Amino acid sequence: MSEKTYKPGNYPDLPPPPGTVGVYGWIRQNLFSSISNSLLTIISVVLLYYLINGIIGWFFLDAVFDAESKIACRKINDGACWAVITRRVGQFVYGFYPEAERWRIDITFLTMFIAFAPLLYPDIPKRKWLLYFSLFYPFFAFVLIMGGYFGLQKIEYSLFGGFMLTVILGVCGIVCSLPLGILLALGRQSNLTVVRTLSVCFIEFMRGVPLITLLFVASSMLNYFLPPGTNFSILVRVIIMFTFFSAAYIAEVIRGGIQAIPKGQYEAADALGMNYWQKTRFITLPQALKISIPGIVNTFIGLYKDTTLVVVIGLLDPLGIGRAALADTKWNGLSTETYLFVALFFFVSCFAMSRYSLWLENKLNTDKK
Amino acid sequence: MKTKMLLAGVTAGVMFAGSVLASTLDDVRARGKLNCIINTGLAGFAAPDDKGNWTGFDVDFCRAVAAATLGDADKVNYTTATGKTRFTKLAAGEGEVLSRNTTWTFSRDVDLSQTFIGVNYYDGQGFMVPKALGVKSAKGLDGASVCIQTGTTTELNLAEFFAGNNIKYNPVPIETNAEAQELYKAGRCDVYTTDASGLYATMMSFDNPSDHMVLPEIVSKEPLGPVVRHGDDQWADIVAWVLRAMMAGEEKGITSKNVKELAAKDNKDKEINRLLGKDPLQGLSKLGLSPDWAVNVISQVGNYQESFEKHLFPLTIKRGMNALYRDGGLHYIPPIK
Repeated sequence: MSEKTYKPGNYPDLPPPPGTVGVYGWIRQNLFSSISNSLLTIISVVLLYYLINGIIGWFFLDAVFDAESKIACRKINDGACWAVITRRVGQFVYGFYPEAERWRIDITFLTMFIAFAPLLYPDIPKRKWLLYFSLFYPFFAFVLIMGGYFGLQKIEYSLFGGFMLTVILGVCGIVCSLPLGILLALGRQSNLTVVRTLSVCFIEFMRGVPLITLLFVASSMLNYFLPPGTNFSILVRVIIMFTFFSAAYIAEVIRGGIQAIPKGQYEAADALGMNYWQKTRFITLPQALKISIPGIVNTFIGLYKDTTLVVVIGLLDPLGIGRAALADTKWNGLSTETYLFVALFFFVSCFAMSRYSLWLENKLNTDKK
Repeated sequence: MKTKMLLAGVTAGVMFAGSVLASTLDDVRARGKLNCIINTGLAGFAAPDDKGNWTGFDVDFCRAVAAATLGDADKVNYTTATGKTRFTKLAAGEGEVLSRNTTWTFSRDVDLSQTFIGVNYYDGQGFMVPKALGVKSAKGLDGASVCIQTGTTTELNLAEFFAGNNIKYNPVPIETNAEAQELYKAGRCDVYTTDASGLYATMMSFDNPSDHMVLPEIVSKEPLGPVVRHGDDQWADIVAWVLRAMMAGEEKGITSKNVKELAAKDNKDKEINRLLGKDPLQGLSKLGLSPDWAVNVISQVGNYQESFEKHLFPLTIKRGMNALYRDGGLHYIPPIK
């Protein structure tokens, strides 16, 4: 132990005492600062070791990735039996969509990113041209998925399922509910009594009814209202319900944004002689939407996850496909593996949405830095 | 007088045209596919295999109807329905047959304007216990804790059975079958009660199914059967006789293996000849079916026994009440003459 001693005076260039900086310093300060903390650290490390070891063992090391059935899995090893996923991955992704036609879904899905790119990223090159494609995309996707035109085989909606169904419901719901929500929010703030009353009624009704009730209405009640023989696909009915439901929430989120704008902004707009639409287009919405981004994305993530509710009206989303897989006597009892896989899918999609919203917030955060 | 006659004629004509338009069989034939409403997934009754093809005892019945009416058992569109949406889906015309383990009750038959065409599976509420509990009869369950789904008829049946036998029990209310499995596996309840077919399916999902048993007492009547809409008797007859043809197949020893052979030769048992189209079956043309309808059903789907053994034996379900009457069961079909 030879500690250096210094004479009194100024030593500006000296490094901090050893043991207080770097990895060693961090460990000493945060993990071993006292006897009790050291003990806790050691116990935690041991516990974590066993936990992680067990988890990794179950997930990967002892897991079986391909086998004929659950019984065959258990014969090979006693970890997770991922064979239920690997053997059915096509069903989880495409539902019962005919295997020979699945390329149509692949193309629709990949081109979806091209269609969304100019909408999500304003700085993208050749944005104007891409926007035309975005406008044209809904028709393109509809024809490609449903078929029946241009020699494409027509596909029954009852064959839709899995992640594809979730993405269709989620994306259609999200894309349609944002404009509707904006209109409703503006309508609720409007000076025109009829518009205001209608908007308020719509919003309050949709928010006052559980989504599951609306889905039941879509699945059963609408059949009684529509003339017999009308073939109005359940998929479209469900998308309409999702859109209405989420639009009501979006409207309220955006109303919050509109009300957060200082009154001076409107007065300034009025002083410049702007009319209502100019004021909305250039003053209200740019600011209100920016403020509302976290709330809007929150609603979208909620809507996306709520798509799993369609299982109660007999549509087979990933959760429904998973349950159906569990009903197969070959895979009966592998609920943990199935539900974890579905959870992973939802986590990845929702996390991506949440990251995008953070990026957008930072990009648009021009005033309150 | 003349105008009246004319009116009557026109009315009759319109009604006739209406009934012709409303023929379910014609709709199915025009479409070339049968729309069949099935369960979203119930072990043994309806579940998709790894290739995405629906299989199961209830699915087989859809296939049988398609084989009889269209000549091809694969020409079926399956529409899945939950317990809550199945009747509205049928009423709305999303399917011609509802083959989804549906219990035949008075109000479902009468109040909901639909026709139960028979029973293809006699189910009933039973009890599952671990063998380690050492109980041999439900009457020995005094003081046991019972996992029970709330808000179902099973809850009421359980209360009635235990009150009738003066047995005390401790209900553990649960919401779903999956939750019940977890609680039962964790030992939170000694007994799990639901329909016996469901108990067997649950048992098969355990790692050691042989450690558990279903007690012999069945405390409720759950006759499950296919359902069609009211108002088209021709279609109801077709669906009913498809089921009976499958059972007749078992009764007469006609299987998917020997049906072609039996259909080709003159059998001593004239009922076989009539069923397989060798001898004329009076009235078959009124059903609009071709003479080889039953041959199609049995050769492509199998008889009742084959379907039962293929889908329900893996769940260790025994024939029991579902045997033919001559084997001590309840299935007794009218003669085919």
